[in-house]
Amino acid sequence: MTTLPETTQRKMGLVIDLDTCVGCHACVVSCKGWNTENYGAPLSDQDPYGDDPRGTFLNRVHSYEVQPLAESGMPHPAAQLIHFPKSCLHCEDAPCVTVCPTGASYKRVEDGIVLVNESDCIGCGLCAWACPYGAREMDEAEGVMKKCTLCVDRIYNDNLPEEDRVPACVRTCPAGARHFGDLGDPDSDVSKLVAERGGMDLMPEQGTKPVNQYLPPRPKDRVMAAPDAQIDVLAPLLAPVAEEPKGFIGWLDKALEKI
Amino acid sequence: MLDQPKLDTSPKVSDEVRKTTCYMCACRCGINVHMKDGKVAYIEGNRDHPVNKGVLCAKGSAGIMQHNAPSRLRAPLKRVGPRGSGEFEEISWDEALEIATGWLEPLRQEAPEKLAFFTGRDQSQSFTSFWAQNFGTPNYAAHGGFCSVNMAAAGIYTMGGAFWEFGQPDWENTKLFMIFGVAEDHDSNPIKMGLGRVKERGAKVIGVNPIRSGYNAVADEWVGITPGTDGLFILALVHELLRAGKIDLRYLAEYTNAPVLVNCDASSPDHGLLMRDENGKLLVIDRVTGEPAAFDKKGVKPDLSASYEKDGVTHRPVMHLLAERYMGKEYAPEAVAERCGVSARRIRAIAAELARVAFEEEIVLEREWTDFRGQTHKTMVGRPVSFHAMRGISAHSNGFQTCRSLHLLQILLGSVEVPGGFRFKPPYPKPVSIHPTPHCKVTPGKPLDGPHLGFVRGPEDLALKEDGTPARIDKAFTWENPMSAHGMMHMVISNAHAGDPYKIDTLFMYMANMAWNSTMNTRGVIDMLTDTDEDGEYVIPHIIYSDAYSSEMVAYSDLILPDTTYLERHDCISLLDRPICEADAAADAIRWPVVEPDRDVKGFQTALVLLANKMKLPGFTNEDGSAKWADYADYIVNHERKPGIGPLAGWRKGEDGLTHGRGAPNEDQLKTYIENGGFFVNHIAKEHAYMKPWNMGYQEWAVGMGLYDSPQPYIFDLYAETMRKFQLAAEGHGERQPPEHLRERIKATLDPLPVWYPPFEDGHVDPVEYPVHALTQRPMAMYHSWGSQNAWLRQIHGRNPLYLPTKIWEANGFAEGDWARVTSAHGEITVPVAHMAALNENTVWTWNAIGKRKGAWALEKDAPEATKGFLLNHLIHELLPPKGDGLRWANSDPVTGQAAWFDLRVKIEKTAAPDEVHPTFAPIRSPVGTGPDELRWKVGK
Repeated sequence: MTTLPETTQRKMGLVIDLDTCVGCHACVVSCKGWNTENYGAPLSDQDPYGDDPRGTFLNRVHSYEVQPLAESGMPHPAAQLIHFPKSCLHCEDAPCVTVCPTGASYKRVEDGIVLVNESDCIGCGLCAWACPYGAREMDEAEGVMKKCTLCVDRIYNDNLPEEDRVPACVRTCPAGARHFGDLGDPDSDVSKLVAERGGMDLMPEQGTKPVNQYLPPRPKDRVMAAPDAQIDVLAPLLAPVAEEPKGFIGWLDKALEKI
Repeated sequence: MLDQPKLDTSPKVSDEVRKTTCYMCACRCGINVHMKDGKVAYIEGNRDHPVNKGVLCAKGSAGIMQHNAPSRLRAPLKRVGPRGSGEFEEISWDEALEIATGWLEPLRQEAPEKLAFFTGRDQSQSFTSFWAQNFGTPNYAAHGGFCSVNMAAAGIYTMGGAFWEFGQPDWENTKLFMIFGVAEDHDSNPIKMGLGRVKERGAKVIGVNPIRSGYNAVADEWVGITPGTDGLFILALVHELLRAGKIDLRYLAEYTNAPVLVNCDASSPDHGLLMRDENGKLLVIDRVTGEPAAFDKKGVKPDLSASYEKDGVTHRPVMHLLAERYMGKEYAPEAVAERCGVSARRIRAIAAELARVAFEEEIVLEREWTDFRGQTHKTMVGRPVSFHAMRGISAHSNGFQTCRSLHLLQILLGSVEVPGGFRFKPPYPKPVSIHPTPHCKVTPGKPLDGPHLGFVRGPEDLALKEDGTPARIDKAFTWENPMSAHGMMHMVISNAHAGDPYKIDTLFMYMANMAWNSTMNTRGVIDMLTDTDEDGEYVIPHIIYSDAYSSEMVAYSDLILPDTTYLERHDCISLLDRPICEADAAADAIRWPVVEPDRDVKGFQTALVLLANKMKLPGFTNEDGSAKWADYADYIVNHERKPGIGPLAGWRKGEDGLTHGRGAPNEDQLKTYIENGGFFVNHIAKEHAYMKPWNMGYQEWAVGMGLYDSPQPYIFDLYAETMRKFQLAAEGHGERQPPEHLRERIKATLDPLPVWYPPFEDGHVDPVEYPVHALTQRPMAMYHSWGSQNAWLRQIHGRNPLYLPTKIWEANGFAEGDWARVTSAHGEITVPVAHMAALNENTVWTWNAIGKRKGAWALEKDAPEATKGFLLNHLIHELLPPKGDGLRWANSDPVTGQAAWFDLRVKIEKTAAPDEVHPTFAPIRSPVGTGPDELRWKVGK
């Protein structure tokens, strides 16, 4: 069994905007590329050109269809598709750490990042079993547990320009749907964003206290949603100046006088 | 304190960063290639690059797997078994070039048209067309005809520029962004970045698409329209805006042909043509004098309302014709709602929202500028509504008119080239009048008489021989599709096989997977490629193909010229072609070999230079008979299209040192590009960055950059007079006359004002028998034939079920894991299905080009792409079903010839699950074997 630190100096993590994520998988592949080349063993791929290609990824995007409930102004709301990127949430009460029999899984005191020390990992898989989010993956080739490192080898890396000292997934996200920072600091940009947009814990009932936060999608299909009140707001915009071409040409002449 | 391992948090990232241009799709982002031990270690976006500003998509980040793919071809190949067997032997480049010139040179001397040279997703079209022109064949085009020519041509014919490469929304200022038929590729990263910016500001996004995925999934409003009806929906919006007078009258009067006078005498041979003065200038009524005046006369105030009588003929402004057409009841929301699958109430709500944002949220920028009439304006007024559209509206047989309808809507709102609206990127705006016309005059042993592709102005520009038959093998620029600005690659093999309009000898193609996903009627095309005549000879005698990878098309070729990967080659992303410009800047870029190939391969363009040198093609040869260029890099630096204008605009030699735009070749140009991150950018002054077609400051800057030879201000063509000229011919006017069977179709479809008509398949196929629309979309993480062998990306998109809407799913009692038989008038496939609720209720769809043939792409034969993946292409024919008139009617847009992929109608039936998808194809023998069983990719220590 491994002990979690009582507190961490900072709570570094990701804020993922589900309103903006278009589900493009850029973060997934950028992560794969960086982490294949960097921290620990490469992320291997088994049967990469065969019938069952399966490799290790530290970040994956899932898509879910959602059917909003009917409301009076919108009796038949259209289904929606939500793209949901998921990686380790660097929980404050990380069950993957406490379950580790060798101490290989640990949570860093200085920034709260949950890491696996690969030289101590025996590949027993208990941590993956304990994680309610399915955020850890066993590397088949290396036999060690892999997980998001929050690019610990980027975020403090003096060999990178300062603006690049963010996780690879954040740097690459084309839609700007991923944000990185200290969620323990209420004045940080990410904390403010969470406050502003109603950021949420993923599965709070699990009691893991995840550091990563998700920003919910904005309400959709509202042009028709509200009862007739909404239409009344818009209706004057379409008040006819003419019903027939002839009347329209007359209107045109007068309107041109005014400009 | 816990005992934590000590980590090196500052490991060395790489030995070196080499900056080049991505080619994992067509978007041309800048990339930083991190090198370790001389090998590619990691690829990320280039922060300084104008296209992607540091971000990179999944495809780009997976470039390392593409560059090292086991499917890379290794050496030139000569076919030794029958076509389609995949049996080849590796040969030397000398032998390969000898074989190719052995076929080509006799054709060049005797009948150059017997070479059909078509390049696929080619980013060097200004070079490949130059090669074809110097060879002398009229049969050249790239892939635009089966991609999105409707979008490009409608944009250029209407407003002198189009979406994607040629324009972009004003991301920083727009307040409402509306997209139509945008699949998840074009313009890959810029759209995602733009959506992010728009959402960050709380601005609204409306997505019009039968499928709610990708960009449409994050849109605030989703309009799940019925395929092929976008034009009708748009014209209903136009109807509402006209009725409410919510149009920008000043903009229409000053910057469009809405005030230009039209001959309205039905008995006149000039009926419907625009009135001009003795200098050929378009005429308007000047509100100041009440008299006709040239549209661009200093101080003229064009009138949208007044008519003019001359010699007993009434001339009315275009605006009258617009009002008469679109205020008609047939375009009322109630009249279109059912066909579009969008309620009348919703159409009105969207029209009102467009009106509100355009006119109540007007933007005014304090930027002084002078227009082409000499008037100076203190400000730039913006209507912050922007649009983008792509293949979803374009790949229909009514696509050209639908794209024109969308441009009509944009222009009525006054939202083109204004703050917050849609903006052009250099070299656009560019009026049709300075584009070339098509050329097709063949002289054996000599170059063609001019560029192949262009913009016809009327029947006189059609590519017809003296006997009236088509001059081109693809029948581009004929009465069947007069304005086919990008050619019609999808018709080449079918026409060559049929000998219609004539037979060819050699088919030469590049980066186009015509034996699989890049063709309609895949089975039929495979049979055409392998068909033999009575003497046992192939009907298409020779096929030369260039590709970097072991694609399906390789097996159907006689001679393979192996291309490099994108990290091993020189390229230029040129202002002569489709550059990387932004609305605020002209920019171009290069690729360069960040690694040298470890195989016996050459960049295709270099292979073309070598072929040209062997044949001593005129444009490639000095007067003394020596070759002008040794390879493509040499051409990029030293070729001049006209004096001072070359493929790259940056760092040319001026009189006083280096200059940009116009200047002499600079031998250090590529080195300078490399030092600058692989690209060149030249910004437009703030005062010149909007209103470009009319802004004299911009016009003069563009002349300096070499984009124009002189200022070219123009007005937008809401009324397309060129189209009216084709209608006039169909009505019997003029010397060049269409064949009888096409007269009625030309009258109906080449309407000079945007019009909607049902997709042709609706008229040829029983909509009761085939009630369901079937579409494909590109996934964001896969680029059709380029990507599917990528070891990382195929783990994301290795399968493609057919997605069915709830109505069809429930009516047929489908359950998870089921399969369906999908039948069109042309064919039948049996495929796995999945349920999707966020989908138009009469539409099914799947991801494009995930299906692969067994043996291709170095995949194992049991790869899911080959056993469960499938193509809809088997259901789509290049011809419409026979009408009994003995004619071959193309399944294409009647204006541009664009392949009508999305007109497809099918029926769906549940069926027992087979072992594999149907139809099945025998495996082809792989010339490269298959990939490894495991990857542990780490090049550094």
